[in-house]
Amino acid sequence: MTNDRPPSTDTQGPLWEVFTQEEQGAPHRHAGSVHAADAEQALQNARDVYARRGEAISLWVVPADAIVASTPGDAGPFFDPGNDKAYRHPQFYKVPRGVRGL
Amino acid sequence: MDQKPQAVAEDPAKLAEFQARIDRGESIEPKDWMPERYRRQLTRMMSQHAHSEVVGMLPEGNWITRAPSLRRKMSLIAKVQDEAGHGLYIYCGAETLGVDRADLIDQLLDGRAKYSSIFNYPTLSWADMGVIGWLVDGAAIVNQTVLAKASYGPYARAMIRICKEENFHKRQGYEIVATLANGTPAQKAMVQDAVNRWWWPSLMMFGPSDTDSPNSAELLRWKVKHKTNDELRQRFVNLTVPQAAAVDLTLPDPDLRYDEATKNWEFGAIDWAEFHEVIRGNGPCNRERLEARRAAHENGRWVRDAAAAYAAKHGAASATNAA
Amino acid sequence: MTTLPPDVAAPRETPLGAPIVEFVLRLGDDRLVLGHRLSEWCGHAPVLEEDIALANVALDLIGQGAAMLALAGKLEGRGRDEDALAYLRDEREFRNCLLVEQPNGDFAVTIVRQFLFDAWSVLYLDALARCPHAELAALAARALKEDTYHLRHSSQWMLRLGDGTPESHERAQRALDALWRFTGELFEADAVDAAVAKQGIAVDREAIRARWNDIVSDVARRATLTPPDEPHMASGGRTGRHSEHLGHLLAEMQIVARSHPGAGW
Repeated sequence: MTNDRPPSTDTQGPLWEVFTQEEQGAPHRHAGSVHAADAEQALQNARDVYARRGEAISLWVVPADAIVASTPGDAGPFFDPGNDKAYRHPQFYKVPRGVRGL
Repeated sequence: MDQKPQAVAEDPAKLAEFQARIDRGESIEPKDWMPERYRRQLTRMMSQHAHSEVVGMLPEGNWITRAPSLRRKMSLIAKVQDEAGHGLYIYCGAETLGVDRADLIDQLLDGRAKYSSIFNYPTLSWADMGVIGWLVDGAAIVNQTVLAKASYGPYARAMIRICKEENFHKRQGYEIVATLANGTPAQKAMVQDAVNRWWWPSLMMFGPSDTDSPNSAELLRWKVKHKTNDELRQRFVNLTVPQAAAVDLTLPDPDLRYDEATKNWEFGAIDWAEFHEVIRGNGPCNRERLEARRAAHENGRWVRDAAAAYAAKHGAASATNAA
Repeated sequence: MTTLPPDVAAPRETPLGAPIVEFVLRLGDDRLVLGHRLSEWCGHAPVLEEDIALANVALDLIGQGAAMLALAGKLEGRGRDEDALAYLRDEREFRNCLLVEQPNGDFAVTIVRQFLFDAWSVLYLDALARCPHAELAALAARALKEDTYHLRHSSQWMLRLGDGTPESHERAQRALDALWRFTGELFEADAVDAAVAKQGIAVDREAIRARWNDIVSDVARRATLTPPDEPHMASGGRTGRHSEHLGHLLAEMQIVARSHPGAGW
């Protein structure tokens, strides 16, 4: 159904990932994607699609193919070693009773 | 569309691990291993869903220019615009499965892909705008609330966003219905006529009965769906019957009655012959809908080409050229 | 709500009303008619993202139009609200400029029409936002923000169509040639403008024309387009002498509301 014909001769433009900041000081979070031929158009499309209910005060658009991502195969070596390093967390350290401000 | 199981030999160990992940309630992400059949089913389902949103703009778009007040006009534009947005979100979700939007659109336009049969019925009066919002969006919301828990992450995330945005669709529809139902005799007749025309097609939106639904078992096992077509249809009927009564409208089903034992509103037999005729392309507006989408696509080709040509000429510099 | 009985609606041939009412009607009608035109694109745009973008512009403009017509109705003091003004006036009573009622044509016509209007609108609204009429100034200030984005959107499309492919260039140039004769009206001033100027609502048309020319020539040059040398400018919208297109637009827009006199929606 998807691979029994040659690819379309049409273009919808490349894909861009959209990140929106919802309020001052908040991080930019992934909102979704848009198609656009170039960066300015991607920014405008992101504004029209992902900020039309006033959800954003700032936008980033990134070409989807510029994102470098870890793969599921990396999951073990990448993330498991972080799970047993208790000394990275404040709860690991004992503080004498009554001492505050730590 | 080809819906026959493909004879793809999947690694049984991987398949078992995949099913175990599903059973644990884990979310499947684009780069995760998945059976080819899962990928194909998801692609089929998501692209049909996206096509439905986009084709769904047409019946309501038909009344934007005739909306009888400025407030109604703006609500309707915003609603049809949301449908474009929802089509866009779901196409993007489908693209994470390795397909291209241009190919998906080609499949719609050359008739290979399906879309919801409800949009092949004509909108014949202003009251249809109310009844579509109430019944058609109401049915869609029942479906989508469940899809928001689908096992495929990008689909579920698109659905969560869509459900949030669609909250206003059903309410604006019901507000129109209630206004007309309490309006002049002509308005009341208009809205009753619309209910009579849209009720049965709305029930058909949930798809064939469970006994006749080729994909259901597999989609349930993979937790793409969590409820059967008949369960969702019943939920919708139970929600809707009291809403009709509240505005003194009747539903065109002489067999409709409350069953104390099951706490369900039992309804009459659905005309599945009609359903299959519409699916086959012989509904009242199938040809008009596809023709309108083809015309928009063909008339827009030179515009898309121009944008691509401009981007090629000006490259990345265009980002800093903003007016 | 269109609850006004038809016998209260204005007669067919209206003399110009109070200058301030006329002035605000002109503003509101421009936006309502252009927003309506853009809404005709819904479901038919060249690409999904642009469908959403055009709907945003349409919604902004209809919202501005509704607010301005509401103000006009209030200033008029005859009990007509924005819906009565939108749905129960005939074409001779509409005060929009001819540019905005021109049919959508292809995407190039729509974009060129929008660009020529946006470039004028931001300058006009900027002047109005500083006028002493508080309600009008507030509406203008809000609309100015929206139209500033519209201008960015339409300018960027001007560049892409003008400097895209040979076909898009030709279509954009043809649209510019066809619509140019409707731009002169944007800078006309008549007795209505002279009268409101005495109340301090003065917009310097010549200053706006010069700045509009700068914006338009700059974008046209970057888009490799040439504004035509047009000896004849069309005019008449401001006093209700429209092109034939407006009547059809209104017939469609008003059919449901007028078929049910006195009904609420």
